[in-house]
Amino acid sequence: MSGASTVSASEAHKLVWEGAIPLLIHLHDSEVTTLPPPPPALVLAPRLGYLPLLISQLKPYFSSTLPPGVDTLWFEYKGLPLKWYIPTGVLFDLLCAEPERPWNLTVHFRGYPSNLLLPCEGEDSVKWSFINSLKEAAYVINGNCKNVMNMSQPDQVELWRSVLNGNLESYQRVSSKLKLVTLEDEYTENINAVPTASQENSGEGDAAAQVKSGRIPVRLYVWTLTEDFDDLESAPQIDNWDKVSYINRPVEIHKEDGKYFSLHDAIKTLLPEYFPASSFGNLGDASTNLSVADEGENTCDPDSSSLPLENAEIKLVRIQGIEPCLEIPFSWVVNNLMNPEYFLHICICLKVSEANAVQ
Amino acid sequence: MNQKESERNLIPWDGALSSSDFFCAASAFSEKWKRFNPSVPPWLWVPSPKHHLLSSHKEEGYLSLEGMCFIKSSEDQKSCRSQTWKEESSISQEEEAVDNAALVQSCFDEVNHYDFHIVYSPSYRVPVLYFRSYHSDGQPLPFDEIEKDLPNHSAKIHLESKWTFITQEEHPYLNRPWYKLHPCGTSEWMKLLFHGDASLNKNGFVIEHYLVSWFSVIGQVFGLKIPLAMLETVSC
Repeated sequence: MSGASTVSASEAHKLVWEGAIPLLIHLHDSEVTTLPPPPPALVLAPRLGYLPLLISQLKPYFSSTLPPGVDTLWFEYKGLPLKWYIPTGVLFDLLCAEPERPWNLTVHFRGYPSNLLLPCEGEDSVKWSFINSLKEAAYVINGNCKNVMNMSQPDQVELWRSVLNGNLESYQRVSSKLKLVTLEDEYTENINAVPTASQENSGEGDAAAQVKSGRIPVRLYVWTLTEDFDDLESAPQIDNWDKVSYINRPVEIHKEDGKYFSLHDAIKTLLPEYFPASSFGNLGDASTNLSVADEGENTCDPDSSSLPLENAEIKLVRIQGIEPCLEIPFSWVVNNLMNPEYFLHICICLKVSEANAVQ
Repeated sequence: MNQKESERNLIPWDGALSSSDFFCAASAFSEKWKRFNPSVPPWLWVPSPKHHLLSSHKEEGYLSLEGMCFIKSSEDQKSCRSQTWKEESSISQEEEAVDNAALVQSCFDEVNHYDFHIVYSPSYRVPVLYFRSYHSDGQPLPFDEIEKDLPNHSAKIHLESKWTFITQEEHPYLNRPWYKLHPCGTSEWMKLLFHGDASLNKNGFVIEHYLVSWFSVIGQVFGLKIPLAMLETVSC
């Protein structure tokens, strides 16, 4: 048994829900109208939360010095405007290769970069984005989002409040009603009976349809290095979102009896271009099966067909701030490390050759 | 018949597509569009930029139709607005003619430019329409102005729908805010369009006609019509 199994499910959930990033937040120079400038604010931001939700904590620090105008809150790290709908912990894991404690961020209350960032009108926008992601996750898992759409108003309120306040008990109470089952832990007995939409809809004994499968909502944030660094602190900073490949694609599981599916396997199915040795033949996405492709007319770049496939080297995998052993069961990772909207967020750094780098 | 095809023939079709099917469907759609809609800009396949090297096969990308201009005539205020779509280049020709004639009042209230992208969603397993709109000077249109460009029935559905059918989201590839038509119900109504007929799965019929059918519904949100001749290729 791997080390992961010594932490019980509820312990792991508690640790994840209690996870927080200490932030040292500086008001941008252009918005300081008083001397001396206000000192930075030190706040503890929940990993599972979102930066705009910190406004109530931050406003008191800076309100007396802000220029006149309407507040439009946004954050940046070393010049990079931060996408507010990415959970705080994920932003930290992605952008701070060498974790910085406290994490120094710059806050703005004016001059929202609306050509770059989606508008954010406070808590409502964040809540909407959260619910939308939850619906998408439900669709991935169940093939429909009825359970989320049909949530009672009080349940919806309690679900959001539990995320806002980091209240795991309350969250588990409401979320269990959604019956979003991802995977059975592979090290428990009887891994075969996973209720999935494909099994329910497959109808009368149709052999081809009774594939034991599941789809797991995953969001991958990939950045690349072309050389080794002694420590990640000296690695080039992500200064542009174009340097991150955001892959919002479910992992498809096809369980064969006795076969073990690790975190490493899951990553390889999501990045088959970099791990060509593994081809998980499956019914659709992330497949290297080109037999159906119509190579007739398309305006595709002709060079892309002759791309050298290479085995990239995984330099770093971070989930909820930890660097898990890649051989642990993917089911454990999903069940214990996913975010409250049922997505598993994985930050990955790959070492590749110059030609295959992301931007 | 390979394994994939034989499996597809057995499973009742769920209205959705795999990502490799999407590439085929996109090729078929853009080819038909060019054939039946020669006066309009073509749909171009854009291999996913920056993701280029991370895609599972080279067919990862999206369809792009840019530079469509939506013109409202200044005369029709109360009655049904005349809505015309033209491509950018034809507009500039007309504007030149106007200038040359030295008219004080321009013929058009305003020209709004639209870019449309059809992007595959691996979560919903269907195509999704993304769009953005901007004035001739490049300034993005605020949403209430976009709503005015939509035919009356679209705007009404949007206001009444609790599903918030047009939403603003980040473009999956371009790291910029775009608008999208929410994909939640797509597989349901696509199933209906093909009468849930599993036999249509044979020989890739569904894939070839998927986007034509899909666009015949989606395009109506913007009053973009598919020529009848193009639709007729789908009827069976």
